[in-house]
Amino acid sequence: MSKFNKKKSGDMPAISTASLPDIVFMLLFFFMVATTMKDSDLMIENKLPKADQTSKLFKKEYVMYIYAGKPSERYQSTYGSNARIQLNDRLSNASEIQSFVTSERAARNSDAEPYLTASLKIDKDVKMGLVTDIKQELRKAEQLKVNYTTTQGSVTTK
Amino acid sequence: MAKKRGAPPEVNAGSMADIAFLLLIFFLVTTTIGVDQGINRKLPPMQEQPDPPNINERNILTVLVNMNNQLLVEEQLMDIKDLRQAAIDFLENNGKNICSYCEGSKDPLSSDSPLDAVISLSNDSETTYATYIAVQNELVAAYNILRNRESLKKYGVTFSELEYIYSDPASKGEYSDVELDKIGEKVKYIQELFPQRLSEAEPKRN
Repeated sequence: MSKFNKKKSGDMPAISTASLPDIVFMLLFFFMVATTMKDSDLMIENKLPKADQTSKLFKKEYVMYIYAGKPSERYQSTYGSNARIQLNDRLSNASEIQSFVTSERAARNSDAEPYLTASLKIDKDVKMGLVTDIKQELRKAEQLKVNYTTTQGSVTTK
Repeated sequence: MAKKRGAPPEVNAGSMADIAFLLLIFFLVTTTIGVDQGINRKLPPMQEQPDPPNINERNILTVLVNMNNQLLVEEQLMDIKDLRQAAIDFLENNGKNICSYCEGSKDPLSSDSPLDAVISLSNDSETTYATYIAVQNELVAAYNILRNRESLKKYGVTFSELEYIYSDPASKGEYSDVELDKIGEKVKYIQELFPQRLSEAEPKRN
């Protein structure tokens, strides 16, 4: 019985802060990773269509991204509400795709080139006229490997 | 003296849970961001194509999508959910009875064999991208179903898997050259059973 009494009367045990650095490091890693994931700020609406016959894209070093969609609300006053193409961080015209492809190719190792795929991230409400323009420009630039990037889901259920 | 040398002080494991939670959140976030997938297609090269060979009408499945996203297959209105089966039936119809692995109905008015069958897709410039992807998806699905079936029969692996391994640049580290060549041969063999002849009309400007 005396054992219990003794414990109660003792001082509060010190809280070990030994793992606090670990936590902070992990937070650091978290932010490091999370911020590199998103490399370009989207200025357009980008709701991808659904498809179920998809295959995974290869590593990032083999992929270039071409976005298209309506400018998002805060850019509509400057860019209007017609669907536009976004390359890197800028809204562009279809004619700029060729130089974009060239610069993307130049930024990579020559052995990565045959695997280089253009990932088309196009909003599902974009009209095919614009998509056809993009495809024609890619053909002119001889960037024939494309991936219509989609989200996973059935095409028949809306 | 004896008392001080006793059991070492207990390690406080109170924040272990926090660490675990952080790890959990960390993995949750990173794995959902990285998912990028889509339909792989190859565009036709730009240079002038020679005049198209004369293809018999019955060997072409024409798929039209109009500006109201309606689907016209062989001049008949069709719902998108019936397109996949229609394409499969067309591809493995085997009208000439020269294809030993086909299970089609041998309708003389439809395609002669999978080697002759061509799917022709054209869309209006006002068609939405979602519809276009839906149609692409269904047509690719038809090819995939047939190819996977033959691949499973012959090699016990689906075609999609073989093709992914073969085309992924990262496979070079995981497989030896000989193994990759073998996989490549299998991929080519299956592709030749059902060659993907999915042609898209050149854009018309009006």
